[in-house]
Amino acid sequence: MELLNPRKAYGEALVNLGTTDENIVVLEADLGKSTMTNMFGEKFPERYFQVGIAEQNMASVAAGLALTGKTAFINSFAVFSTGRAYDQIRSSVCIPKLNVKICGSSAGFSDYGDGKTHQSVDDIALMRVLPNMMVFSPVDAVETTKIMEAISKYNGPCYIRINRNDMPVFTDPDDEYYIGKMPLIREGRDVVVFATGIMVSRAVEAAEMLEKEGVSVRVVNVSTIKPLNIEALKEYTKSVKGIVTAEEHSIYGGLGSAVCEALSNSRLPIEIIGVNDTFGRSAENYDLLLEHYHLTSEDIASRIRLVLKKDS
Amino acid sequence: MSYSVSDLQEIQKKAVDVRANILAMIPPGKVGHFGGSCSAADIVAALYFKHMNVYDDPHDPRRDRCIFSKGHAVLAQYACFVELGYVDRNELSKVKTLNGILQGHPDMMTPGIEAVTGSLGQGLSIAVGMSLGLRLNKSNSRVYVVLGDGEISEGQIWEAAMAASVYKLDNLCAILDKNGVQATDAIEKVFPIPDLKEKWAAFGWHVIEIDGHNIKEILEALDESKQIKGKPTIIIAHTVKGKGFGFAEGKAKYHNAALSEEEYQQALRIIEQMRKDV
Repeated sequence: MELLNPRKAYGEALVNLGTTDENIVVLEADLGKSTMTNMFGEKFPERYFQVGIAEQNMASVAAGLALTGKTAFINSFAVFSTGRAYDQIRSSVCIPKLNVKICGSSAGFSDYGDGKTHQSVDDIALMRVLPNMMVFSPVDAVETTKIMEAISKYNGPCYIRINRNDMPVFTDPDDEYYIGKMPLIREGRDVVVFATGIMVSRAVEAAEMLEKEGVSVRVVNVSTIKPLNIEALKEYTKSVKGIVTAEEHSIYGGLGSAVCEALSNSRLPIEIIGVNDTFGRSAENYDLLLEHYHLTSEDIASRIRLVLKKDS
Repeated sequence: MSYSVSDLQEIQKKAVDVRANILAMIPPGKVGHFGGSCSAADIVAALYFKHMNVYDDPHDPRRDRCIFSKGHAVLAQYACFVELGYVDRNELSKVKTLNGILQGHPDMMTPGIEAVTGSLGQGLSIAVGMSLGLRLNKSNSRVYVVLGDGEISEGQIWEAAMAASVYKLDNLCAILDKNGVQATDAIEKVFPIPDLKEKWAAFGWHVIEIDGHNIKEILEALDESKQIKGKPTIIIAHTVKGKGFGFAEGKAKYHNAALSEEEYQQALRIIEQMRKDV
């Protein structure tokens, strides 16, 4: 499968959007090489604001820029751009519903070497709970580009979660995209897996494994976590016997929680796969961490089997 | 710019109106941020009724911006908005009520409010962003931001101070309402921050120190800030919390308090006397 890097797509998207829209400004807190906003900085230095290692200031400065008609993108690792600047995002940005886009780069465990201080298991929860905030978790580099185009046209706060590493590509560049789109990745009839980010690819692998056991698994990419497309979500649960959610994020407050809130009247059994109320740690590579935290295709397959047992 | 005696009297009259409007928002028994609003009353009078470019339309793109980073003292701004016609006078009695448009802290639902503040320490950063944006827009509008002296213990203030200096924001002017009292007690007792002039200068700001209740000094300092190029200006305004109302002056108790019936009547008499004195 083709692999592409979402943060490179993010950086390129900023440059492309900035070329056609001179109101786009980008703020950076000394991680521009990692977040790849440095591409924008080279092309549009007058619209690129290095604020130093000061994420709180960055969020409120972005609010001020938005108040003069700018579309302001703030950037850092997901832990810092959300948690470190939480009250600034809440008060300066979300209460007045300003046009500030927050990039959570190197999200989840994707910055595998740096350990728990740099790995985000709580960013989706933090951003999802904020009124006026939209939350996006693209499945791949192509969808990253599409989401960037969509959110730059939307006037209001958005959070976009970006993986540091190359990811398999599921999105066709020619596909139409709209906020709330919930693409079907693989059709199946027994169980539906609602997955986000890197977990979509793991869910597809799980589905392929289970096909050999005679279990048919539908895989859905939930890249708009808020506003959740509840209509599409419910449609996908028709005819299945169980539901599984999968995210590289805490089981509290993320995709699994959002799905359960939306389907609270459903009689179908639901299994939530995610990080089980713990912080991350350092590892030699990304896959080792996904394995350590039970976020592999095998883990998804066993939870699918479990949800089918619950049903019977 | 030089100011005639009648110019100054005009603003002093407005400052009395501001204090009268603040009182109208906190009738006996209703809690409000009385002390810090009164310490900023002369500053807002000078800003809104003389120094700043303001227009009938509070959203006019040519306007100068004023942000209260010490958002709790927003009563001082509301008092001006009524005089400017941005807010109907009958809203004053509805401040902090469900059907009013004057929130407990600055909110964009109120015409004239430029940003959401009140969670302390954020207003200066927002002002920095506005100054950057206005400069990108090639606008001549300036940004004024009022800080509290208790507020500046927030670390974000100093992040913003550095950024304003790095970006040479000479369209930005901060006014430190140095009333010496924070929510629970005198700043000297709670969390003293010495050498303010030296600190701000070291952060790259042009610093002016004035008596924050002397209209002439306020206006001259604001004028000076417009002449300074290549760096932001901060006006350290020495003020008195609760200024004008002897029973409340310098007392933390009146940071956020309700006046008794007796205090309120006394305050109304003080306003009458102020009108005669101007």
